[in-house]
Parts: sequence; C-alpha cells; structure tokens
Amino acid sequence: MKPRYFEYHQPTSIDDVLELLSEYGDEAKILAGGQSLIPMLNFRIASPAHLIDINGVAGLDQLNLTPEGVQIGATARQRTVENAPEIALSYPLVRRALVQVAHPQIRNRGTFCGSVAHADASAELPSVVLALGAQIIARSSRGERTIPAKDFFEFHLVTALSADELVVEIQLPPLAAGSNGTYVEIARRAGDFALAGVAAQAVIDEGGTVQSLRMACSGVGPVPQLLEEAAQLAIGSDLSDELLLEIDNIVRTTIDPPDDVHASANYRRVVTGTVVRRALKQLRDESGSNHD
Amino acid sequence: MTEQEQITTDLHPLHLTVNGKDVDSVLDSRISLADFLRHELRLTGTHLGCEQGSCGACTVIVDGVAVRSCLMFAVQLNGSTVETVESLCVDGQLSRLQQAFHEEHALQCGFCTSGFLMSLTAHLREHQVTNDQEAREALSGNICRCTGYAGMVKALLAVGDGESTTQ
Repeated sequence: MKPRYFEYHQPTSIDDVLELLSEYGDEAKILAGGQSLIPMLNFRIASPAHLIDINGVAGLDQLNLTPEGVQIGATARQRTVENAPEIALSYPLVRRALVQVAHPQIRNRGTFCGSVAHADASAELPSVVLALGAQIIARSSRGERTIPAKDFFEFHLVTALSADELVVEIQLPPLAAGSNGTYVEIARRAGDFALAGVAAQAVIDEGGTVQSLRMACSGVGPVPQLLEEAAQLAIGSDLSDELLLEIDNIVRTTIDPPDDVHASANYRRVVTGTVVRRALKQLRDESGSNHD
Repeated sequence: MTEQEQITTDLHPLHLTVNGKDVDSVLDSRISLADFLRHELRLTGTHLGCEQGSCGACTVIVDGVAVRSCLMFAVQLNGSTVETVESLCVDGQLSRLQQAFHEEHALQCGFCTSGFLMSLTAHLREHQVTNDQEAREALSGNICRCTGYAGMVKALLAVGDGESTTQ
C-alpha cells in the first residue's frame, strides 16, 4: 500500500529537529534510514502526521573510535559501521551481528541507532547494545540524557524515549584487552527476522578460563533479555562441551518465549539454547584453547 | 485520522540526476522513489513487488549503493544520483551482466530481473564473485519466484571476474 498523507520536514540542524519534536511530539516520527519505519507507513500500521527527516543534519553520521569507546551517530548507516575496519577488529560482535541484519541493500540505508530506537523484539542490534552495555544518548529541547541499554527497552517497539527526544548517538564502551564477541542466530532464511539470536561478549584468558561474559538474546520476549544465570555458570569455567550442554539447558528453562506463527514457544526455547551453545563454543574455540 | 481522511498534498521541490539526466520536479512527500521513477519519469523497468523491502524487485542504485526504491521517499533524493535498469543497456548493447543473464537463462517472467540486475551491478563494482557461495550471497537480497536461482548463479560467475560489467 501507500502511506497516508504526512507533512515532511527536512531540518538541517539538531536544534531544528528538537524544535519540531517538541512542537509535534507524538504526532511526529523521526525518519533516519526508514527501513523499518517506511514499511510500517506503507502498511499503515503507523501514520504519523509529521515525518522529520534527519538525513540533512550535518555531523549526525559520524562513527568515531577513540580510547573511550565508539560513538555512532544517528544517521550512520549500518553498512558504514559494518565495513569499518576498526569495528571488525575491536568489536567483532557488532560486525558479526550487522551482517545478519536483513540484506546489504537494506543496510545501505538503515541506521545503527534507528534499529535500536525502533526496538523490534527480534532485531539483532538491541541485543548487541545490551550485551555490550552501551549507552543511548537522547536529546530534547529540555536537555540531554544518557540511557543505559538495560533501561532503554520497555516492550516490543517501545523504549524509554519521550516523544520529544531524539537518539543523537549510541556509545559503545571500550572493551578489555582480549575481549571477543559473536552473534549467532537462527532464521528461516538468511536475512529474515530471527527466531532466536544471541549476542555474547566474553573475555577468555590464555588458560581458556572465562573471566567475564555478557549475553543477551533476541526473539524470546518483548525486549532483549540478558542471560545472567547462564553467564554466571560460564564465568570461571573452561566452557567444556559438558558445561555447554548444561548452559543450553539453563537457557531453555530461564526464558519464556512466545508462541507465534513462526515457531512454538517450545521450539524457540530449544533454538535459543542452541544458539547460546554455538556462540560460546565459537568464543571458546577462537580463544585458542581447544577442548576436542 | 478519521474515515473521511482528507486527501491533501505536501509538495516539495526536487532536483536529482537519473541515469545521467537532470530531473526537476515538484512532488508530494509520500510518493516513493519507485513510484516517482515509474509514474513521473515513466521508467517502468523498476518494478514494485512487496512495497515493504522484502522482495528486492524495486532495487535501484542511489549515490553508488543499491537500495530499495520502495523504502525511500522521492523528496529525500534532492541532489542525489539515481541509476535504474534503463541505464544498463547503452546504444542497444546489453551490459555484460545482462548478456550473461540472457545466455544462462537467468530469467523467465522477468518481473524480478531488474532488481537483481541493479543489486548485482552495484555488487560487482566492489566485489569479485568467484564461487557458488559468493554468488548465492550476492543474490540473497532479492527474491525470484519462477526461474529459480541456478541460472543467475551461472550468469554471475560468468561475469564475476572483476572486469567491468558495462559491455
């Protein structure tokens, strides 16, 4: 279908964006990459009276890597982040997740921040920012605030953002030396929304012992979910095959996924346990200690 | 909005380059790039399948990268450069990729073909395609519902050597 009528705004400064947001609030939507929003407009699931296109705001597309971490601006394309050599080197989790987000044609337009702000329960990037402990920088004409990823997601497509707030940037924290991460998902076809996926970020020392681990999974509830119990079990261990099976079991029993047309709740439990096991096995094997 | 939704317009001026030609227009904001190409410019080689970004039939190249033209509004393209399937054939001569599609029977009904050609044209500018796996990955963002992909894999491998895909 075609979208309903809307009024299109093309501000060129953040201040102008914030002014429009404070004027129109709930009646407005921010248009960044548009790869989630425009399908919703075409389906008429969403029909905002005002679209505020932020692509013309200079400087919002930055991708900065510093010793203090990474700053990803509101209009930085997923493809830009994915192709940045420093991201591939320092944040393998981010790159491994991004290449599983839809298809290159979508990632050429879609933005990193937009996917997080959209907060689809089965999307990859919300789990990634949660596993990394990223911070979402939101600005309104009232001021700026920093929202930790763990407080950002409230429900499927619902976040802690107020109607007048714009995500200007997402900050990924610096990672400890030797930290490695991966994203493993199972989807019916490559590029589809995943039935279940997990973002895992770990430090495994030279002896093969897990020093730290954070895992967050997608597709098993209305918000991305930290798998704390399973992570506790892994920390201090060498991730033996037996332990991986135990963790798989713990994951299955600690999550409460929905039934829907794509998969039953029980199948999702099994699939989530499986992706966690595969992710941890990959991190273990990449750490150089082999347990075959 | 109520059931008696008021049909109204929100006009914006637009200047862009399409297949090397300057285009000036004044356009309603809710017109997609795909509809603008088809209805305003009569470039009907770009096809609209799903209008939700899933099928890839409407893929065109904007500022050098392949995008879904159903997921952009034309008014967003002020100052941009757009390439459509009509740009591939020059002076009646098919591009190498088009010729390979022809030779390998990579199309049947042809509905999805223009989207595939544009996705692959963009891909081949940056990447070589030297094996089956790479070919299938390059094809994965578009859907074909009749011929299948075997002919397209062959066609892609025939031109995936890193040589220019134009003639």
